[in-house]
Amino acid sequence: MVNTKTITVTVNGEEYTNTVNVRKNLIDYLREDLGLTGSHVGCEHGVCGACTLDMNGQTVRSCLMLAVQADGMEITTIEGLPSDGIAEELKKSFAKKNALQCGYCTPGMLSSALEYLNNGGKANKEDIRRHISGNYCRCTGYQAIVEAIYDVAENGVSK
Amino acid sequence: MKSSAFQYELPEDLSAALKLLDSNDMDILPLAGGQSLMPMMNFRLAQPDILVDLNKIDSLKNITIEADSVKIGSMVRYCELEQSEIIQKHFPLIIHVIPYIAHSAIRNRGTLGGSVSLADPAAEMPSILIALNASIELSSSKNTRLVNAEDFFKGIFETDKKSNELVTSINIPISSSPKKFGFYEVTRRHGDYAMAGAVVTSDEGQDSFNETRVILFAVSTKPMRLIKSEAALNGNNLNNQDAISTAIDAVNGNTFESDLHNDEATKETLAKVSLKRAIGGLNG
Ligand SMILES: Cc1cc2nc3c(=O)[nH]c(=O)nc-3n(C[C@H](O)[C@H](O)[C@H](O)COP(=O)(O)OP(=O)(O)OC[C@H]3O[C@@H](n4cnc5c(N)ncnc54)[C@H](O)[C@@H]3O)c2cc1C
Ligand code: FES
Ligand code: FES
Repeated sequence: MVNTKTITVTVNGEEYTNTVNVRKNLIDYLREDLGLTGSHVGCEHGVCGACTLDMNGQTVRSCLMLAVQADGMEITTIEGLPSDGIAEELKKSFAKKNALQCGYCTPGMLSSALEYLNNGGKANKEDIRRHISGNYCRCTGYQAIVEAIYDVAENGVSK
Repeated sequence: MKSSAFQYELPEDLSAALKLLDSNDMDILPLAGGQSLMPMMNFRLAQPDILVDLNKIDSLKNITIEADSVKIGSMVRYCELEQSEIIQKHFPLIIHVIPYIAHSAIRNRGTLGGSVSLADPAAEMPSILIALNASIELSSSKNTRLVNAEDFFKGIFETDKKSNELVTSINIPISSSPKKFGFYEVTRRHGDYAMAGAVVTSDEGQDSFNETRVILFAVSTKPMRLIKSEAALNGNNLNNQDAISTAIDAVNGNTFESDLHNDEATKETLAKVSLKRAIGGLNG
């Protein structure tokens, strides 16, 4: 039985080559093998959204992918979010609005919010709520998160 | 909460995948988007000996027009369906329903073939495909066959597909795209699996029901087509309240299945609510 495989993955702009157990989930590879513990593990069955990150420009649940499936892919985790442009604006807006308390949901929440904004999402609270419906937050009650995203959608990137 | 060990195969083409499914009597499962299978494996509800990852098989990723129907490869993801100009042009019903399925991150991976193969009674697409008179193409290393969607879904996670077969495409006649459709589902939260849902389609005539299809989902072991409701509506004006009441009453007397949160009686009530609102929402 072939139980390991060598993969090459680009994570936050850096290329990694590792031999992994084929049953290892992508999230566990990032956290355990690469030490990138910014992406969080909640439910491990796709429901909570804590593990959401960007793969080749789209959000995915990293608990529902095998590490071997990321072979050849480009991944951006919370650690690799740029410190300028819309990502930076979103981070600032989250801080300003108190859109996080414990922060457990935040990496996944930012990933979903960025996808919304990068796809031209409008300053519409109903649409924003719908887009982040797959990300649980047990602290904030969502209001502040929706407002933080709304502000960036409305004002864009400040000079 | 981690899957058990398995052998991982990543075939480059369909024939290699089909050969793997044929090869022996071990527990072999195809992996499509993984949005249902990975949770099942993490929970150890599924413990395959061999996992055959279909994600490298490019021939299953196309949407093409063939004669008078649209052929959708089984590995087409929800997000790709939504972006497809062919689907936008011919099947607005599909475009309308996709946002109801889970959440963006899940639709970026989940496939139409996966939803069809899984046959979750609460899933939207099986009922939509029946409404659109689709047929499911199944291939094994020996032959290929087409099964009408209505005959394909057999029960909870149960279909006509054999373990050595793959769903290779979903074929929808262009002519069966309804002129009007209504869709409604009851959920606790946007993107959740429905507690009950209904889809209604109608053709031709400006103001009357014609060639109507009425299908309920998430209330029984499989999509429930309501022939009696269809008969009650056909030929009547879209606003004929008597016909609509008769169609909704025809929900009574069917066999409903409870789930964790709702008993049979609740399901029946929610089915009627869904049907009423789906009919009420019929667009033009
Ligand atoms: C949080 C969450 C919410 C969800 N909400 C909804 C919802 O509201 N509505 C809904 O419909 N779905 C929902 N889903 C499920 C999602 O739509 C799945 O993507 C879909 O049901 C299965 O597609 P998949 O491509 O991920 O298949 P997989 O998970 O890869 O496979 C599912 C099953 O089908 C088999 N299989 C897959 N492809 C083939 C093939 N081509 N031939 C033969 N067998 C095959 C696999 O072996 C497996 O048994 C949800 C999932 C999650 C995690
Ligand atoms: S840990 Fe992946 S969705 Fe919860
Ligand atoms: S800030 Fe604690 S879960 Fe969202």
